[in-house]
Amino acid sequence: MLKRASVLPEPTSPLDVSAPLSVRNLTVAYQDMPAVSAASVDVQAGSLTAIVGPNGAGKSTLLKAALDLIPRREGRVAFWGRPFKAARRRVAYVPQRAAVDWDFPATALDVVLMGLYAEMGLVRFARRRHKEKARAALARVGMGDLADRQIGRLSGGQQQRVFLARALAQDADLTLLDEPFAGVDAATEAAIVDVLRDLNAAGRTIVAVHHDLGSVTSIFDRVILMAGRVVAAGPTAEVFTPDLLEATYGGRLAVETFPEEGRRP
Amino acid sequence: MSDFVMLSLMPMVVGTAAALACALVGNFLVLRRQSLIGDAVSHVVLPGIVAAFLLTGVVAPIPMLAGATVAAIVAAGLIALVRRAGGVEPGAAMGVVFTSLFAAGVLLLETSGARSVHLDVEHALLGNLESLIWFEGLGWSALLDPSALAAVPPQVWRLIVVLAIVSAFVVLFWKELVLGSFDPVFAATVGARPALFDAALMLLTAVVAVFAFEAVGSILVVAMFVCPPAAARLMTDRLVPQVMWSLAFAVLSAVGGYVLAGYGPLWLGYQSSVSAAGMIAVVSGLILAAACVAGPRRKGTRSIGAPA
Repeated sequence: MLKRASVLPEPTSPLDVSAPLSVRNLTVAYQDMPAVSAASVDVQAGSLTAIVGPNGAGKSTLLKAALDLIPRREGRVAFWGRPFKAARRRVAYVPQRAAVDWDFPATALDVVLMGLYAEMGLVRFARRRHKEKARAALARVGMGDLADRQIGRLSGGQQQRVFLARALAQDADLTLLDEPFAGVDAATEAAIVDVLRDLNAAGRTIVAVHHDLGSVTSIFDRVILMAGRVVAAGPTAEVFTPDLLEATYGGRLAVETFPEEGRRP
Repeated sequence: MSDFVMLSLMPMVVGTAAALACALVGNFLVLRRQSLIGDAVSHVVLPGIVAAFLLTGVVAPIPMLAGATVAAIVAAGLIALVRRAGGVEPGAAMGVVFTSLFAAGVLLLETSGARSVHLDVEHALLGNLESLIWFEGLGWSALLDPSALAAVPPQVWRLIVVLAIVSAFVVLFWKELVLGSFDPVFAATVGARPALFDAALMLLTAVVAVFAFEAVGSILVVAMFVCPPAAARLMTDRLVPQVMWSLAFAVLSAVGGYVLAGYGPLWLGYQSSVSAAGMIAVVSGLILAAACVAGPRRKGTRSIGAPA
């Protein structure tokens, strides 16, 4: 039943230098509690990949550890064969919406401009072309009219779209999203899917931590199944199977297929 | 009116510069929900300042800063120790360490020779604005007279330099400070070095606390860190206007507080004036209260966007 797991890279195998993100033997622990154990996986260039697994499976942790946001206990990570520091400009990260204080005195445009940080450089300010770029990114997520609204006055879905627009402004080859569909309305979900598909059609690679098993097959062409370790990874049709999901979720699958309120089945 | 230049001008300049520097830093502390860091730092530095004075015998900025820094490091170590040894939560450990160090500073002041000079308990707590007399300031023309300017109390220049440093830091690293305050995780991914700027902000908070200590005292400095920015947040939903409002409130508190302390009791028929630093803090508190009641962006007036 775990045949697929055997196609995962060996922990000791070399990093895949062509992969936008390549991980070997990654272990992360929070105060001796392992969150991710010996994960080895390659993200295929040009893919639209979902990271799927139960709560506490280490999905977000995998992304954060790859991005040097939390210390790794063990393991190697590379973006196109290079450390994250050297590949920063090609990678965009969309944190969970709940990770920030939306009461912050900033407009949607202010937040999207943060995506142009690397372009602006130290001790420089946003110029007109930066603002135009940021407004264009907001327009792409259907938020053109709300650019000057304070972010606390936006709905949850609109806030999520602001985050996505910030990533768009970064114009990255690889975009990593942490639960972009958590608690958003149907219109926002559709808008986000459209944007991700557009990016993907333009050859960009997308990786999203995803909770909603019902929409995996319709959105993503590849899946990484996680349960502390990487259970399986590959094309959706091969990996998103009942037996592998059973292996990932154990007895909790029934609960997860009928998600609680706020998530669309 | 020549009295004003001699007796009141320099205290007002020092009070205003201290309030402005505190408010600039305070905006970011308030946004990061770290307002009490200002309080904590101002408490912790007291024993360091006193110890530096006892060792060097002078009230000079470099030893004071060094003492304050050492005190801050000792505090950090003690907090870690109390947490580990006592197994208590971080908030409790901090509360115990900050107040203990502050108490130690007060005891040190009372029992040592520091008491007889400029440093005594009252001044440490309430500042020493009224003592900043400009003896050569015989009129406004003294502002253009080099020999008179040479007699300006040194605290004035110190605070002006501190204000200039804080202003330059905030303007130059505006993007990094904003990004690190709003979304430190994202800031790290784009290379905006949030940890570095977090440390820089803490260092600057300590510098401002040490120098404002001379002006408004170590307890009231927290009011200057928190009240103007908190009131400003209730006036606007944009950060640049918020900072501008906070600066305006800082000036209003410093000047208004000083004037009220000096003349308010006389207007009410009392014979003596009250503590200027205390009145400055009171005015800043009243401004915050007014903003809570009437500020256009207070919580109750916010429309929540369309439901998610």
